[in-house]
Amino acid sequence: MKPPPFDYACPTSLAEAIDLIARHDGDAKPIAGGQSLMPMLAFRLAAPTLLVDLRRVPGLDGITVDDDGVMLGARVRWCDIEADARLAAACPLLAAAIPHVAHYQIRNRGTVGGSLAHADPAAELPAVALACAAEIVAQGPEGRRTIAADDFLVGPLTTALEPTELIVAVRFPPWPAGRHHGFAEFSRRKGDFAIVGVALFFDDADGAIAGATVVAFGIGDRPQRLAAAEEVLNGAAPSAELFARAAAAAADSVEPQTDIHADGDYRRALLATLLERTLAQSAGLASAS
Amino acid sequence: MTTARITLTINGTATTLDVPVRMTLADALREKARLTGTHVACEHGVCGACTVLVDGLAVRSCLMLAVQADGAAVTTVEGLARDGALSPLQAAFRDHHALQCGFCTPGILTTMHALLTAEPDADEARIRDVLSGNLCRCTGYLPIVEAVLAARDAYRAPDGGPEAAR
Repeated sequence: MKPPPFDYACPTSLAEAIDLIARHDGDAKPIAGGQSLMPMLAFRLAAPTLLVDLRRVPGLDGITVDDDGVMLGARVRWCDIEADARLAAACPLLAAAIPHVAHYQIRNRGTVGGSLAHADPAAELPAVALACAAEIVAQGPEGRRTIAADDFLVGPLTTALEPTELIVAVRFPPWPAGRHHGFAEFSRRKGDFAIVGVALFFDDADGAIAGATVVAFGIGDRPQRLAAAEEVLNGAAPSAELFARAAAAAADSVEPQTDIHADGDYRRALLATLLERTLAQSAGLASAS
Repeated sequence: MTTARITLTINGTATTLDVPVRMTLADALREKARLTGTHVACEHGVCGACTVLVDGLAVRSCLMLAVQADGAAVTTVEGLARDGALSPLQAAFRDHHALQCGFCTPGILTTMHALLTAEPDADEARIRDVLSGNLCRCTGYLPIVEAVLAARDAYRAPDGGPEAAR
């Protein structure tokens, strides 16, 4: 057996789950879909003394769509999001990102809470959460608190969660009518983690771009807002020339890492290309390929 | 607890297994239930060879603990054939030479069975998209896609297709 030895508990209430985790001094790990944690265990990169299975904890698998936006329970799976027809209108950027998450079999088990807690710098949901200014609802022995995505995502595989806290939900703010959005990523094989990805949206203010929000992922320790691109976009009318300038400004503003998958210069060039294309598509212009 | 007694339905048969809690569902199916049709290759969720159906959904059995399948209905590749006859999907794989060494085949059959059961009208693009979760290193994907396309009719059958018998 590949995973290291651990104890296992399958509590039937949130309070019981939090209590179990709290009593193990940070050596306990929650597991839901396990699509990030199981590989970590197989590689023995994680060696918890106790796994707390959340599958029987009630109240974690709901999707709520109302005037306050979209609330996803921590145990909502990618396939649940794909199957919920309301989300294409209620949070189109989220709906556009999910088909890029790993593979069919993984989308059948992987959960939003798991992806956020794992905080892979190349994962889709943390990038979308950052772009949308989503809030992560966490609960621990001290009670419940809400953490802005920007504060939650600390670094690679590192979040602001206390070891004794569980994610219970993530909340996306309301999506204004008429907002444009785009999502794209590049990987060598379908379903692999992105070498570079972009998630963006902007509003239309009488023909000019307003509220441009551009996030890149796969280029650093965590997804990041690209303020340089946003500054170029805001207040200007959409055009191929504008998008080329925004893409160039974005590329100039980042220092992507070099790793086994790609070097930093390649990632910078890829970011510019992806961003220019995605902006053009989101504005309804012909793709500047 | 470090071991657990789990009860699950495997290919329609209620089964009780004693498993270490750290044992994956893939290993439990192979070593405890002695159903070695489920193949194990990468063991970290990349290759798809270990795909089985859990409560009707295709999942990677190496990325799930056996104890998490307590109470679930599991279908392995052994559960696809009926009365000694190949299922329509399996027969299409034979007819289209969609397997060569056969190592990846169980995971592809279970994945595509789940897909066509849920989406009998899946087009080639959708089939290829879903097939991207299964690595084949020798057959090549063309005959696999052809076989899956050819098997779709059986899943559209008025009686509900092969899943009606599950």
